[in-house]
Amino acid sequence: MSLAGSTTDTSISFKLKVWRQANAHAEGRFETYEMRDIPTDTSFLEMMDILNEQLIEQGQEPVTFDHDCREGICGMCSLYVNGHPHGPATGATTCQLYMRRFKDGDTITVEPWRSAAFPVIKDLMVNRNAFDQIQQAGGYVSFQTGGAQDANAIPISKEAADEAMDSATCIGCGACVAACKNGSAMLFLSAKVSQFALLPQGRAEAKRRVKAMLAKMDELGFGNCTNTGACAAECPKNIKLSNIARLNREFICAKCAD
Amino acid sequence: MPRDVASRAAKERCDKGFGVNNTGKAVFLDFSEAINRLGIDVIRQRYGNLFDMYEEITDVNPGELANEINGVKYYNPMMIYPAIHYTMGGIWVDYELQTSIKGLFAIGECNFSDHGANRLGASALMQGLADGYFVLPYTIQNYLSDQISVPRFSTESVEFDEAEKKVQANLDHLMGIQGKRSVDSIHKELGNVMWDYVGMARTKESLETALEKLKALRKEFETNLFIPGTQEGMNIELDKAFRLRDFITMGELIAYDALNRHESCGGHFREEHQTEEGEAKRDDENFFYVACWKYNGYKYKLQT
Repeated sequence: MSLAGSTTDTSISFKLKVWRQANAHAEGRFETYEMRDIPTDTSFLEMMDILNEQLIEQGQEPVTFDHDCREGICGMCSLYVNGHPHGPATGATTCQLYMRRFKDGDTITVEPWRSAAFPVIKDLMVNRNAFDQIQQAGGYVSFQTGGAQDANAIPISKEAADEAMDSATCIGCGACVAACKNGSAMLFLSAKVSQFALLPQGRAEAKRRVKAMLAKMDELGFGNCTNTGACAAECPKNIKLSNIARLNREFICAKCAD
Repeated sequence: MPRDVASRAAKERCDKGFGVNNTGKAVFLDFSEAINRLGIDVIRQRYGNLFDMYEEITDVNPGELANEINGVKYYNPMMIYPAIHYTMGGIWVDYELQTSIKGLFAIGECNFSDHGANRLGASALMQGLADGYFVLPYTIQNYLSDQISVPRFSTESVEFDEAEKKVQANLDHLMGIQGKRSVDSIHKELGNVMWDYVGMARTKESLETALEKLKALRKEFETNLFIPGTQEGMNIELDKAFRLRDFITMGELIAYDALNRHESCGGHFREEHQTEEGEAKRDDENFFYVACWKYNGYKYKLQT
């Protein structure tokens, strides 16, 4: 038995085709970079760091991309890698993608999220402020906190708690929009609506919430949902498509009550 | 076992050359006993997310049987190594969570108010919620109620001009250095200095060395930095440079404070001050206080 954890010393060389765009209004183009002897234990973003270090060494401008926690929980990293948001790995963000997923001699294409609602800021960085605006339209509960309540005053079943928690794991990265042929934000919205709809604390404002958030989404230029399911297939947090059914149900109920 | 003790033990083994993995910077964490006792389903329910993340990073599934010797099942061990994750302490605030700058409030993890000497799980989340839900809604109006009679400032005033000039001078300085080092390369060096000399176990000598190295690093930053591109529009290197300058200041501050505190306490472990069992030896007689340092250019003044 070889001891587990013996990470290998293998490294690969490949071509990197990266989208470069000076700003929102400039014309973009692909630039090709040769990457040599990158250890397969390198994460995708660390590989981008290596590229940028090389570019800076040559006096050139580095590739702009979003990143922050690099442990898959902040939702900042994006990157459309070889036609997939967050690359070929499932249930993982770009920062959790490792170079062992690629082969020596590959050509790896890296693009920004492409959606009318997410304009490019520079290179691979897009403006995802639209998601913040949807959240601000109703993605919260408002109540006076007052004194701390006794524990277990509002019983919640484990099923409901688990499902609300699963919806709440949405990190708002925008991969669902990037994956969707219509540029729809329905999976994101449905996760945000579901995490509250499933819990008693969220019921009080449920009707107002779903109408306001949906109206905001439409206003910001996201496309419509045709139930293709690419969003759920590409979601790094495995947000389920059934959330969209719940969103539709919540919306119809809210409209009927008008 | 407290995380500081576990972390120091892991680092000690690696420093002595007993580390596993091709870098030598890891020790094994073995779940076999727990899996054999509770079953893989229970363990997966507790740590499934962690196992999945680990597999994505290393290509090894810790829930997978590795070997069976004399009827005892052994599962793939995980390679672990301590890493800096959190800073105990933060921006000084009063009981209303207002900083020393009037009208500027600091809430959540960034202020010092609820931190102890050691990090407790989920304390950052707890503090964000507590400050936001329970404190700020009852304190910020004390400030705001006085503001209603204050007329709007004009941006034409001298103070605005001076602030703008200062920021512009700062930008011009950083963009004008045109040296040889990237922001990231200096940032990495800073990380190594902090890890090696101001890390989980410190000594008087290591902290003094750190302060010297940090002084040199600041000089390197201010004289040999290279930021490509221009000031206009998005420039991530310029953005990072401003933050790195703050990180160097922060690093110096941590080293000064650690040097000044002649005791071990929580996450601050001075090798000179330990019990026979290797636990932190406190000196409450002399150090039973929260240290507060005041920014004064690049000089620091202790207020207790």
